[in-house]
Amino acid sequence: MFGREEKVPALRLTAAQYIILAIFLVLAYGLWRLQVMQSDYYSLAAEKNRIRNVPVLAPRGKILDREGRIIVDNYPSFSALLMRDSSRDLAADADLIAQGLHLDAEEVRTRIKRAAWMPQYQPIFLKEDITPDELQFIEAHRNELPELDTIMAHRRLYPRNGFMAHLIGYVGEVNEDMLNQPQFELYNPGDVVGISGVERQYNTLLMGTNGSRQALVDSHGREVGRLGETEAIPGKQLKLTVDLDLQIAAEEALAGKNGAVVAMDPHTGEILAMVSGPTFDPNDFAVKVSRDEWNKLLADPEKPLLNKAIQAQLAPGSTFKIIMSVAGWQEGIAQTLHVNCNGGAEFYGRRFGCWLKGGHGPVTLEKAIYASCDVFFYTLAEKLGIQKIAKYATDLGLGQKTGIDLPNEVSGVMPSEEWKIRNFKQKWFAGETISVGIGQGAVAITPVQLLRAFSAISMGGRMVVPHVINPVDVPSGFVEAARYTEVKNVSIDPEGWNFITDAMSRVLLPEGTAPSAHVPGIDIAGKTGSAQVVSLALRAKAKNDDEFAQNGWFVGFTPRRNPDIVVCVLFQGGEHGKLAARLATQVIKAYVEKQRRTPQKMVEKPKTGTVDIGGLWTEPDSESGKETLAGGRFVVDLAKKRPVLATAAPGMR
Amino acid sequence: MSRYVSYRDFDWLLLGFVLLICGMGVWEIRSATMHTKFAGAHVRQVYWIVGGVGLMFLISLVNYQALLDRVYWFYIAAVTSLVAVLVFGTKALGAKRWIKMPGGNHFQPSEWVKLILILAIAKYFADMRQRELTWPDFFKAGAIVGVPMLLVLKQPDLGTALTYLPIAAMGLFLGGLQWKQGVAVFLVAVAGIGVVFYVPQVHILKGYQKQRLTSYQDPDADPQGAGYQVKQSMIAVGSGGLWGGKGSQTHGAFLPVPQTDFIFAAFSEEHGFVGALAVLLLYFIVLMRLTQNAQTAPDRPGTFLVMGVVAVLSFHILVNVGMVVGFMPVTGIPLPLMSYGGSSVLFMFLALGMVMNVRMRRFVN
Repeated sequence: MFGREEKVPALRLTAAQYIILAIFLVLAYGLWRLQVMQSDYYSLAAEKNRIRNVPVLAPRGKILDREGRIIVDNYPSFSALLMRDSSRDLAADADLIAQGLHLDAEEVRTRIKRAAWMPQYQPIFLKEDITPDELQFIEAHRNELPELDTIMAHRRLYPRNGFMAHLIGYVGEVNEDMLNQPQFELYNPGDVVGISGVERQYNTLLMGTNGSRQALVDSHGREVGRLGETEAIPGKQLKLTVDLDLQIAAEEALAGKNGAVVAMDPHTGEILAMVSGPTFDPNDFAVKVSRDEWNKLLADPEKPLLNKAIQAQLAPGSTFKIIMSVAGWQEGIAQTLHVNCNGGAEFYGRRFGCWLKGGHGPVTLEKAIYASCDVFFYTLAEKLGIQKIAKYATDLGLGQKTGIDLPNEVSGVMPSEEWKIRNFKQKWFAGETISVGIGQGAVAITPVQLLRAFSAISMGGRMVVPHVINPVDVPSGFVEAARYTEVKNVSIDPEGWNFITDAMSRVLLPEGTAPSAHVPGIDIAGKTGSAQVVSLALRAKAKNDDEFAQNGWFVGFTPRRNPDIVVCVLFQGGEHGKLAARLATQVIKAYVEKQRRTPQKMVEKPKTGTVDIGGLWTEPDSESGKETLAGGRFVVDLAKKRPVLATAAPGMR
Repeated sequence: MSRYVSYRDFDWLLLGFVLLICGMGVWEIRSATMHTKFAGAHVRQVYWIVGGVGLMFLISLVNYQALLDRVYWFYIAAVTSLVAVLVFGTKALGAKRWIKMPGGNHFQPSEWVKLILILAIAKYFADMRQRELTWPDFFKAGAIVGVPMLLVLKQPDLGTALTYLPIAAMGLFLGGLQWKQGVAVFLVAVAGIGVVFYVPQVHILKGYQKQRLTSYQDPDADPQGAGYQVKQSMIAVGSGGLWGGKGSQTHGAFLPVPQTDFIFAAFSEEHGFVGALAVLLLYFIVLMRLTQNAQTAPDRPGTFLVMGVVAVLSFHILVNVGMVVGFMPVTGIPLPLMSYGGSSVLFMFLALGMVMNVRMRRFVN
């Protein structure tokens, strides 16, 4: 009888017990395998899990002017981010977050949704470089919005309104192209490096070395402790040769205009000021530049991203006449050349006009320089021929890079017979030489080239390499690469040198081409230039006259020989050199005024009244070419208000 | 028939071991949740345990024969409640498993359905009139478990649905499953699993379920997704070593849900191989003691009832610990007695209450 009281077979119960035992043995083996056999492997994995190497970013070196005044600084910048702790409904908080951070709530929600597939420990970046108001909001809502957090990074603080933007450059994340270049090959994607200007040229010095921190983190990537830290080595401070006061004067002179201003110490090649206009604000790139904004900058016909001081290749116009004068003197032609200008002359069967329709009458070299007579230089060019012109111009550095320590300098063009054959497979036409004589035709130079050539002429042939950094401040590798101290001597007959610079000093006098730029009490020598952008015939056809307005040039220096400063101004669309001259003299005036009021040149410093100052200086003797000692007494009125000198670049705290 | 029932026959030893395991669970819950938003969970767990022990005493007073007599009604109620969940249930994490009760509590019927299935299977096999299992018996028993199982699968809650299987398996085995039948079932099961996983036209399991079930085989293939939990759990267990470690996996929140499904991983990390093996030993002792109680049961339904509990408990341990050491897929099955959670604790003590019930009546008649 089989019934309820019939026992379950003991065999089956025992079998069940053995099955359970087997299960437990398998599980115990599982534990043994992990905890005893592979314990080391998993311990290591656990360590790897919780220790993360967090880079400690080295702050970039500051950039200072020659007197140690701050031009580029760093500032702590906070980014708002969302930690994705599962305990919070992020989408529900989106409205409050969006309101506090001045974002669009929908966009916040979209970003949260888009981040859903990412690993939990990766936070969602909401906004970079938040304002103090927004930071305050986050701090005040720590309890209500625990998922909202901030992260701090040092960002570059550049001067306001694009002040000095082209010289300084800007930084950005290193891109694919740059990583392929030897200069950047050691960097990793995401590293912030200099993209242009000094920031790029001296990136290695400015950047420093990142440290690293071994942080203990949880699965959300939050730091819960730290093990060790390798300190970051901050980037080196970089002192530029630029004088902030002079830079301000140059910026003010070129404000709102299209062109470039460069000032240099002709003894050393130290760049004292460099402006290119129009400018851009690198602070806009320091965070992230929007594609639209970037495209707008690229498409702008005035090319705000170009540093025109080293990247504009244009005809030098009448400023080239000084190079012509040197060539003509050295060949023994110019000093004896007499030309009668009646508003134009015929060469090789074609009439070449002088800019002064009525003509200059009888012209010698001196008048040809200060009155800028075209006919004189047409004649001189015809007599010299293109090969000689090209030789002297090339000796003075035209059509070549100057070697300035800034990236992407361009070389320009100094035409010659070889150049024509090489590039056009054509013979040089003698008629072309005539245009070259007044700096038109195929001649194309950069402002810094012209500056260097004039600097050499003003120094009796001493060619320096322009640079923006004091070579004693940088490691030797940089010095060799940049050739800062390299000096080349171009032989110029001292008599010719004196003659030409004397003639140049009359340019700003009533008989010259730019009397309106005259500054009383300052001895300025210079040369104006107006260069055609297109031929006059073509320009007459154009509906919009301004589009092809001539470029105004002026290169000037003070005093007329062995000058302290040389300034080159390119005023694109400025029509006439005298307008450029006015900009240049503003800069020269600012320089001279600063020099005259620099206190260390005084014996003592009484508060008011007048001071007698005795001075000695050397002056090259025009007869012998040797330097002679000269002396004099000056009375300085201290009651006069000193110009206020800058303490830092605009926008620096 | 004597009605002599005394707490002297209550299995105090079993209760002692059970409470020891519970205590370790509470200890580990406290440690794992200390600095998280779940801090204080161990106190609530103690409340559940106290409540569970109370329920256990209560249910041990009701004669299990009376429960077995009413099992038809329980079964109907169980199926109805599962249907109700599908219709009125609260959706959480993409599945309907809970019914919202007045007073803010949630009720998960699929847990107590397990108890009713144990009773139903015990009743079915106890009433069987022959020693050897026939195919009609096999399919009837299968249907008793299969209907609620399909309903739970529909929620979808694969893990809980699987826990119904061992009840049927144990019933069939003790009820006289023949060799031929066993082999046939095994072959059909293997073929069925093959079809479910590898024939793309079959949609019994959802894609994420398949992925979850297979990812344990190669946790590195998808370290942030389904395999992530397995990997972190293995790291936690392994880094515990022989004697236990700092517990960085648990406290650094790398280990997912260390107070519920992965409590054994958390425990193993902090107490090492020695601690983990001690816990396994405690479970083994409890299971052996339960089997002993099954042998001394006064009648067939008593034995089946106790062995049903043994089957469910063993299966939970196998799947949960197996998952923690990387042998089993992640199915969301808690470790009974240790894992945090009211439903799980109450189910275990109700089940133990029925075991006590059987034991206390072993000298009856």
